[in-house]
Amino acid sequence: MSSSDVTHHAADGHGGDHDHHEHGPAPGLMRWITTTNHKDIGTLYLWFSLIMFFIGGAMALVIRAELFQPGIQIVDPMFFNAMTTMHAIVMIFGVVMPAFVGLANWMIPMMIGAPDMALPRLNNWSFWIMPFAFTIMLSTLFMDSGGPAGGWTLYPPLVLQMGDSFAYVIFAIHFLGISSVMGSINIVATIFNMRPPGMTFMKMPMFVWTWLITAYLLIATIPVFAGAVTMLLTDRFFGTSFFSAAGGGDPVMFQHIFWFFGHPEVYILILPAFGIVSSIIPTFARKPLFGYDSMVYATASIAFLSFIVWAHHMFTTGMPLAGSLFFMFSTMMISVPTGVKVFNWVATMWRGAMTFETPMLFAIGFVIMFTVGGLSGLMLAITPADIQYHDTYFVVAHFHYVLVPGAIYSLMAATYYWMPKWTGNMYDEKLGKLHFWISTIFVNVLFFPMHFVGLAGMPRRIPDYSLQFADWNMIASIGAFGFGFSQLMFVYIVIKCIKGGEKATAEVWEGARGLEWTVESPAPYHTFETAPVIQPATITR
Amino acid sequence: MRSNVTRWALCLLVLIALPVSAWADWGALNMTRGVTELSNEVYTLHMRIFYICCVIGALVFGVMIVSMFLHRKSRGVKPADFHESTTVEIVWTVIPLVILIVMAIPAAKVLIKMEDFSDSDMSVKVTAYQWRWQYEYMDSGVSFYSQLDAEHNKARQLNSDTDLAEVFPSKDFYGEDDVYLREVDNELVLPIGKKIRFLHTAADVIHSWWVQDLAIKKDSIPGFINENWALIEKPGIYRGKCAELCGRDHGFMPIVVRAVPQEEFDAWIADKQLEMAAAEQAVDRQWSQQELVAAGHEVYKTNCMSCHQAEGQGIPGMFPAIAGSSVATGSIEKHINTVVDGIDGTMMSQFGSVLSDSDLAAVITFQRNAFGNSTGDTVQPTQIRSLREASASHRVPDSVASLPESNTTLGIN
Repeated sequence: MSSSDVTHHAADGHGGDHDHHEHGPAPGLMRWITTTNHKDIGTLYLWFSLIMFFIGGAMALVIRAELFQPGIQIVDPMFFNAMTTMHAIVMIFGVVMPAFVGLANWMIPMMIGAPDMALPRLNNWSFWIMPFAFTIMLSTLFMDSGGPAGGWTLYPPLVLQMGDSFAYVIFAIHFLGISSVMGSINIVATIFNMRPPGMTFMKMPMFVWTWLITAYLLIATIPVFAGAVTMLLTDRFFGTSFFSAAGGGDPVMFQHIFWFFGHPEVYILILPAFGIVSSIIPTFARKPLFGYDSMVYATASIAFLSFIVWAHHMFTTGMPLAGSLFFMFSTMMISVPTGVKVFNWVATMWRGAMTFETPMLFAIGFVIMFTVGGLSGLMLAITPADIQYHDTYFVVAHFHYVLVPGAIYSLMAATYYWMPKWTGNMYDEKLGKLHFWISTIFVNVLFFPMHFVGLAGMPRRIPDYSLQFADWNMIASIGAFGFGFSQLMFVYIVIKCIKGGEKATAEVWEGARGLEWTVESPAPYHTFETAPVIQPATITR
Repeated sequence: MRSNVTRWALCLLVLIALPVSAWADWGALNMTRGVTELSNEVYTLHMRIFYICCVIGALVFGVMIVSMFLHRKSRGVKPADFHESTTVEIVWTVIPLVILIVMAIPAAKVLIKMEDFSDSDMSVKVTAYQWRWQYEYMDSGVSFYSQLDAEHNKARQLNSDTDLAEVFPSKDFYGEDDVYLREVDNELVLPIGKKIRFLHTAADVIHSWWVQDLAIKKDSIPGFINENWALIEKPGIYRGKCAELCGRDHGFMPIVVRAVPQEEFDAWIADKQLEMAAAEQAVDRQWSQQELVAAGHEVYKTNCMSCHQAEGQGIPGMFPAIAGSSVATGSIEKHINTVVDGIDGTMMSQFGSVLSDSDLAAVITFQRNAFGNSTGDTVQPTQIRSLREASASHRVPDSVASLPESNTTLGIN
């Protein structure tokens, strides 16, 4: 907490009828280390995830460079496997999850009209665990026994062949888990306790709703994951045999436990994205979100169903027929609420008065390309066909479509959408649009051919492939480098926007509704110290 | 401003699309129909769900595109204010549900058929190792190992500088050509027109045996036995791969199935049985050191080289060197035990279950007399056999792979 030496200044929030001085940030580096301010912590999360985005991206480029041509030219297969594993861990736990938490920190208090998060010190701790956890995780790449190379799914017995640096990996995962759970508890506590009178649950912005549900998914599944990796740890170092058949254990049991966490995790990576898109499309269509109630129910149904579909990742492990049938049907079911969401977004656009600023472009790009990934997901649900698709590049194409032009696009959209509110300046619209178009072209050049090589029989996680796959792999690699380097544009646009630009109004966007648009831009260090009065005009539904 | 950006984007798209259409091998776009009744049914399911997805995609994206064209502010439209309709929500919940039910019924039928292992004509047990397959014909006792062909193995090493396109020309996509990374030393020969049951297990980590033309893929799990089946309709060569990440050389454990008429298959089995008997006899003979070193070098190249490297130097931090190692220059018994039993918790696998007594004797002799190791020792195949027999009497088998064969038929469905 900022102590007695805080600078006092007269920055005034919108709800500013108060009789004490505003606390500004502490000066210098200590501001960021000791901060308990939700906006500062949100900023820290977002920068952290941007840095990790380039680290994980560099790993992806090592992979694509090796796969540019058949034959092994650049890295040892073992290091290649470490790259595929680390790329996934970094992108999931270091980019998408922290970025969503960063947005939650910045926006949830401002969206519901709360002065800060409910548990500010816990909030500081949740963030500051992460850089240390990832330093530990990434340091394994420089150790003698190398980084984890058994895939981010950590399947035993393969993962147990790893050298002693395995202990560091497990330790880092535990810390990342603690960080996530604490962040989620904070979000739940904030949403339950910090809403002003009149902000009922069914009036909350969709982003708040999706995060509330996501936080419950995290609280429910991260401990399961922590348990599973702890069992790996004791199997590896203390002679237990939870997952070794020779000692009476079962390697497939790990997969069941892992995916009981892993499948809800997939929705942890996408539900907040749904919330972002549900905020942006109504703004630029100048029309309220269609089917708010059904959006809430659909999100809740997806969250519930995500707990009973996990074994669709395991159709080739030899389940009983009844199990295969059950998981096939439940997986197909999940496309119903997801479809409802997509239809609602389209209905929101229908007969609106749309403009296509950069956030809207990324949001529409999200809806279209996420749907492409969703449809290939429906194909993957058909178990007999999944026997052919499983562990091929078709799966790689599927989950990259939902995660890159899906989750990552929603993050880009969110940044462009709220950046004027954060910095007080408009970003460069022309560059933003160029960023969108270049990214969109390259992301499809990168991932669309993966459908083809996957269907034609290329397994995933291989450093070298038969010559028949050469053409499409080269094209995908070109797309990868194009997409990777075009993200430097994003960094440039963000820095340019922070440094200056056309001043943003409080409302920023013509069609924007919601409490965050009632405070000035940039948002003062403290907002809503007095609870706002909730009026129909300031709520999003 | 917008039109400018859009124009640039379109130019870029055309620039990329042109070379793409010129390079692409259009034959490599879709799943194969395969050569079994089941693989054809899987293909049909795949295409059906694909077309359904196309129609859904076209409808959703079509409405979006029309809306983006008609309902833009620049056309001077005023936004409507409608924002809910229970009827519409029910309609677009029920219609997808109906489509799913229509799709689920045929899918369930194919799945039930896939899981029907009854009335098989023969069984093949497939055991996966890092990184090779062992095939055991349960009915005739024929058993052998199958791994990546040596020439391909050489070409795929880091910086091998092989012109792959020249050395391994490929003519057609699903053809019988010997193409890069898809050739093995010993093919799995199977008869056509017979229902063949495969039993899958593994000795070290999880692998997955996948032959796309037969539409079968099943995980090989240490300590467990999975099964699936195929009835091949057409003679030919069908190539597959390991599908589950299994460590460093996961990308290099191909599968080749040669399907032949029954008479040809019977003749092949008879040949294999003779071959096995001859190998058994070779163990009893005294080998010269020269002979052992020469044979050992070949065994080394196919089994040890990819980790311990061509000059026995290993990879520091990952794979220990053999040149000058205390194991390869110290006690013979320890050396034999290391190779035969492997080292738990590392990638050093149990070669005792992979290599014959003659191969083990040869490769151990080679290692003790190569890379500057000059022990002068000779290890005879008979020595390996007696050591093995001695330890077998007091060792508990540590995986199903080493259990007596009779056990493999228990505990399945």
